[in-house]
Amino acid sequence: MYTQALNTKDAPDTAEPEAHAARFQERIDTEERIEANDWMPEAYRRTLIRQISQHAHSEIVGMLPEGNWITRAPSLRRKAALLAKVQDEGGHGLYLYAAAETLGVSREELVDQLLAQKARYSSIFNYPTLTWADIGAIGWLVDGAAIMNQIPLCRCSYGPYARAMIRICKEESFHQRQGYEIMVTLARGTPEQKEMAQDALNRWWAPCLMMFGPPDTESQHSDTSMAWKIKRFTNDSLRQKFIDATVPQAHHIGLAIPDPALRLDEASGHWLTGPIDWEEFRRVLAGGGPCNRERLAARRRAHETGAWVREAAMAHAAKQSAQKQAA
Amino acid sequence: MPEVKTPLWEVFIRSRNGLAHKHVGSVHAADATLALQAARDVYTRRGEGLSVWVVPSSAITASDPADKDMLFEPTASKIYRHPTFYEVPEEVGNM
Ligand SMILES: [Fe+2]
Ligand SMILES: [Fe+2]
Repeated sequence: MYTQALNTKDAPDTAEPEAHAARFQERIDTEERIEANDWMPEAYRRTLIRQISQHAHSEIVGMLPEGNWITRAPSLRRKAALLAKVQDEGGHGLYLYAAAETLGVSREELVDQLLAQKARYSSIFNYPTLTWADIGAIGWLVDGAAIMNQIPLCRCSYGPYARAMIRICKEESFHQRQGYEIMVTLARGTPEQKEMAQDALNRWWAPCLMMFGPPDTESQHSDTSMAWKIKRFTNDSLRQKFIDATVPQAHHIGLAIPDPALRLDEASGHWLTGPIDWEEFRRVLAGGGPCNRERLAARRRAHETGAWVREAAMAHAAKQSAQKQAA
Repeated sequence: MPEVKTPLWEVFIRSRNGLAHKHVGSVHAADATLALQAARDVYTRRGEGLSVWVVPSSAITASDPADKDMLFEPTASKIYRHPTFYEVPEEVGNM
């Protein structure tokens, strides 16, 4: 998902008092929330910092592909909605950075990690938005996949993260609905418009399935994250939930899922898909996607050209407080 | 060039008249005016509140979670502080 890049495993803690660790796990097991100043294993802290900051970076980088279409939205209604959605994503990034900071890492460090390519963001935002239909597909599919992953995170064992996720989830459903509305409109429009919607679905479908991260057989982080109740469902089970929810929505508007192997398994009621190209997933995560360079360059440019604003604001604040003291 | 860190502020919002301000999260801002503006942008995009407070995070003194038992234990042992501890004859009715 937005935190799919959790590919490095931490060495287990050794120097920590066992009694603390046992008491900690007991609190987790009884569904007690862990708060910022509570004792926690170092690996729990590190895992959360990595996961929450990757999530935050994804929200921020995720503003770029959609921001690409704000000036060219086909109507004022669509433009207002897209602008509000992109602004929400910025807000999501900020809630999440704040949650990560409660674990003892500074905002400046987090931003530096993204710009220095030491931290990752979701692979999905490295694909381009070529036509207006991509804005529909993103809202419907990317936000739809995000919701699947984020709803269980509202019950994450770490209080500040869970609370941020509750705020985010409240806002996400508008995102998905506005995206699907765009797809419905295009699918019921001229043949060219319908073709545009189908083309967008063709390009976004597989990358969206990859958003849930590697298959359970390869996912290194699942076990500890599940024991700590940071994660509550496996990658594959969330992916299946998304597929089952989305396939009928596509069929309802006469669009075809771009997967010749797709079939409904009568016995289980699940839609089964063909194999996912995990090579592509790894390539995009490692920096080889169509837009990796462009996204990072845009973030760096924003950070650098905004530096004078941050400096001026700090200088102004210092001057004001000096004047206040002199008065 | 090393940048000066932008201070952290805690944000509290009163969602309706008659309710207390409630902590909702935090923002970074150079001063109080900017903090208030950032808090409004980040935490009230859908009519979440009628009033916003921002407080420098550094101004908050918090109790240590390790002292929890010492600080809050009496609430459990002094049951005579609760009305249900006392017996009133049934004929008297609700009191
Ligand atoms: Fe979001
Ligand atoms: Fe969203």
